[in-house]
Amino acid sequence: MTRDLARRALLRTMRQPANIIPVLVFPMLLVAINSSGLQAATKLPGFPGDSYLDFAIAVPFVQGGLFAMMNAGTDLATDIESGFMRRLALTPVGGTSLLLGQVAGVVALSFVAAIAYLGIGFIAGVTIASGAAGVVALVVLAVMIGLMFSSIGAFVGLRTGSPQAVQGFFPLFFVFLFLSSANIPRDLMQQEWFKTIATINPVSYLVEGVRSLVITGWDPSALWPAVAVLLVGIAAGGFAASRAMRGSLVRT
Amino acid sequence: MSSSSPGIEVDDLQRSFKDVLAVDGISFAIEPGEIFGFLGPNGAGKSTTVLMLTTLLPPSGGRASVAGFDVSRQGAEVRRHIGAALQEAALDPLLTGREHMRLQAALQALPKATRGARADELLERVGLTDAADRRVGGYSGGMKRRLDLALALVHEPEILFLDEPTTGLDPQSRADLWDEVSRLAREQGVTVFLTTQYLEEADQLADRIAIINQGKIVAEGTPDALKGEIGRPSLEVVPAVAADRDRLAAVLEEFGPPTAAPPGAAAVRLEAGADGLAQVVRRLDAESIGLETFDLHAPTLDDVFLAKTGERMSGDDGVAVAGAAA
Repeated sequence: MTRDLARRALLRTMRQPANIIPVLVFPMLLVAINSSGLQAATKLPGFPGDSYLDFAIAVPFVQGGLFAMMNAGTDLATDIESGFMRRLALTPVGGTSLLLGQVAGVVALSFVAAIAYLGIGFIAGVTIASGAAGVVALVVLAVMIGLMFSSIGAFVGLRTGSPQAVQGFFPLFFVFLFLSSANIPRDLMQQEWFKTIATINPVSYLVEGVRSLVITGWDPSALWPAVAVLLVGIAAGGFAASRAMRGSLVRT
Repeated sequence: MSSSSPGIEVDDLQRSFKDVLAVDGISFAIEPGEIFGFLGPNGAGKSTTVLMLTTLLPPSGGRASVAGFDVSRQGAEVRRHIGAALQEAALDPLLTGREHMRLQAALQALPKATRGARADELLERVGLTDAADRRVGGYSGGMKRRLDLALALVHEPEILFLDEPTTGLDPQSRADLWDEVSRLAREQGVTVFLTTQYLEEADQLADRIAIINQGKIVAEGTPDALKGEIGRPSLEVVPAVAADRDRLAAVLEEFGPPTAAPPGAAAVRLEAGADGLAQVVRRLDAESIGLETFDLHAPTLDDVFLAKTGERMSGDDGVAVAGAAA
């Protein structure tokens, strides 16, 4: 059943170019603009590496996760709003299967997006310090990021039952991205308040984990915090989404 | 599908939403293989009842069993035996009709080898074979309703719930759906619980009818029996000269109590039945009242509704409106 629901989620995603294009285009557009405009930042003492492109390519992996969050949340909220959830509730399908099916479709898009980011990155001259195994690890991280954010999106979608409400949350999560170390290393942040926020912002650790595989190689001090944030986020998001699904899939 | 399983039994079923009692202690029983019409205006409690009987809404009180299983305690067993086309015809506009059928077959745990054939069979039965590979977003309202019906039948349910299945359909689509519902009951013994706000639909399709208003069942029986309770036909007359309307009404009231009539017309329920018509004509002639229309109506379910509730169900939007005293 989960596979059939995942297939539906994937078909839905593939048939909505408006869901795919932003995931593929916007993050890379931001990378292109930042890497051409902020190359001079690499001259700062202590900046990791000498290519802002290598530094910035980590951001789409997290940004893609935010789009995954919106897609998962919007799809589930639309199912509630349209009554499709009631159709599903009348079948023997369980809430967990339903949630996994929905999230699997969105996570599949995260996988495709990660391949696209890397492909475009390689063409533009990105080098991966952690080698071929690092490329695989980057894709795994992208999928985990997609899973974490889509479970959060699923929770919001299921709790509100409104696609508009999910879309309203989207900019809020973007603020987390901009208040992280996405554009500048934390060590180089001059404003103390910004540095403090970036330090307590879990998104910083996601970006830094991905970035370490690109720039540094295998750096456990950057990688493990990212994995820890992802594991906690996936567990918390998954738990919250399953609880919300139980509430949405009302039946005796 | 079988007509040997128990149908539906409802005993003092209630559902409240905060202070509003949407369903107020209703009771009825439906025999296997029967088409049961649940008739009432918007907001009467029809859909709330369907949601409770299909296990999607827990009752606040009373009990109900569907196919022999308690809706509150044996929800999974109930769902295994029922199919439902709910009010919204909730479909995914991005999927094709065939994809819907295959998904539904998978979710209903049909063996993989039989899913395609079952989908094709049902799509053909509801006349959607040619449109099967088109996305549902491009379907007409009638096509969506037919697909919704086909989806409800995928796992061959014994009991079918149809919540206002023809609302918004054109007359041809409505007639096609009626034919299919009738065929399911007559040929396959499917028990059908049909809610509708269309009097004609209940009259034509249902073996028995319950009329619900403000959460309570106000009448129950076969359409003929319910109309028989009203007994006498009504006469509705429009005068040739509008100024004669009051004089006309006064004359008509000599032959029976007034009933609701459109503006400019007068209507009465004929105490003497159709036999009294000649006398009415003679009286109107004696009063020199010219006539534009002169219509004798056999009792309808609308008359039954009026007699039981003091309101009329208006035709198109199913809203109960205050009517003249019967």
